[in-house]
Amino acid sequence: MSDTSRHEALIQALGEQLTPVRRLLSPWRRTLGWMLLVAVMASLLLWRFGAEPMMRRWEHTPDLAIAAIGALLTAISAAWAAFSLGVPGRSRAWIWLPVPPALLWIGASGVGCLRVLLSGDAHAHTAVDCLFLIIGFSIPLSVLMIVLLRRACPLSPVRTAVLIGLASAGASAVLLEICHSFISTGTDLALHALAVFIVIAVNAAMGGRLLQPRQNLRS
Amino acid sequence: MSGLTASGSMGLYVGTAHGTLARFPLSDDASRQLDPGDLRRAAWMAAAQTGDRRAYEQVLAEAVPLIRAAARRQGVPTDSIDDVVQETLLTIHRVRQTFDPSRSFDAWLNAIASRRAIDGLRGQGRRDRREVNDELAYENHPDGDDATRDTQRAQDDARLHEAIAGLPPGQREAVEHLALKEQSLAEAAQATGRTAGALKVNLHRALKALRQRIEGDA
Repeated sequence: MSDTSRHEALIQALGEQLTPVRRLLSPWRRTLGWMLLVAVMASLLLWRFGAEPMMRRWEHTPDLAIAAIGALLTAISAAWAAFSLGVPGRSRAWIWLPVPPALLWIGASGVGCLRVLLSGDAHAHTAVDCLFLIIGFSIPLSVLMIVLLRRACPLSPVRTAVLIGLASAGASAVLLEICHSFISTGTDLALHALAVFIVIAVNAAMGGRLLQPRQNLRS
Repeated sequence: MSGLTASGSMGLYVGTAHGTLARFPLSDDASRQLDPGDLRRAAWMAAAQTGDRRAYEQVLAEAVPLIRAAARRQGVPTDSIDDVVQETLLTIHRVRQTFDPSRSFDAWLNAIASRRAIDGLRGQGRRDRREVNDELAYENHPDGDDATRDTQRAQDDARLHEAIAGLPPGQREAVEHLALKEQSLAEAAQATGRTAGALKVNLHRALKALRQRIEGDA
């Protein structure tokens, strides 16, 4: 069979298998859907712990509030960028969208770390809990985003997976702020950074396999 | 029949297979930036998303040369381009829900085709590293039923005759009369004027010499 007739035969076969499809929602709509899960988790934590301890902490250490805002913006922009990269033909420049808020997040956290070091208040406590909380919060957030992206077509699965990890880690850091029962220390911040790194690394390592578009050919 | 009937800031109207007009919104920017061919393909793909088979087959047929061009731009060898076309057509089918009719079809298609071309090149590279050189494999695993067997046999015969010609006269005579002409000892003795015992000794020595010569060559 010549190549032309091979293509014609395939086109005809695909035409026979054609069924109507529900068009993919726009990246911002899917970002909104994902943020809904973050909002539900935040509501549950606020219901359990209340907003007052968090507000009191932020009043004493405004850099933590700035870091939380940076983490929230990082989560939103990384999610948006991931959903945009899931659509063929969209610019790859979307990958840079979370960089400014991530710099704000890292910068404010660094200032907090410096403040703690200067005050000599770097006592150790059960900071390992933060590590597990960030990773724990990240799991459902990452899973939901992967599910939403599997219906899309991420042509750069690893880059998209890195953005998933960044979005999940950012949102988890914000959620952690609600149930953080103490003023942050250098150990906390180091473990936060480690947790964020782990979440991003795990997503990147699994991204290539998990983000392959599902097979829906009736072969 | 499916086809493009109107376009502009109000949107794009496409005749569907059922004889109705379907409107697909296009932003002013998109209408300005897309060329007519791109607009037509975008409209067909939008119709395909609703299940219009004729529009789908039309857009896929028009996509083939665009996929070829994308593959060539990525440096895919000519003999592999049609494989990229097939892979891209299959991918289009799997992810057709990701196309947004308000955006360029050609950009969407080009992104998928380029990706499949790169995947094809990587796959080819992996296969080249894994597989042995074809020429070497051919030499190591010749087909027993092809013409090379006759050639091999002819080469072996020529080598044997050459080795026989290189034997001392007495041994060569013994081989020629006893082995090649299949004469009896008496016939060979009469033909050569040598005794039967001398012929036997010469044949024995000749066979030993030939075995050493041929095994040494091999």
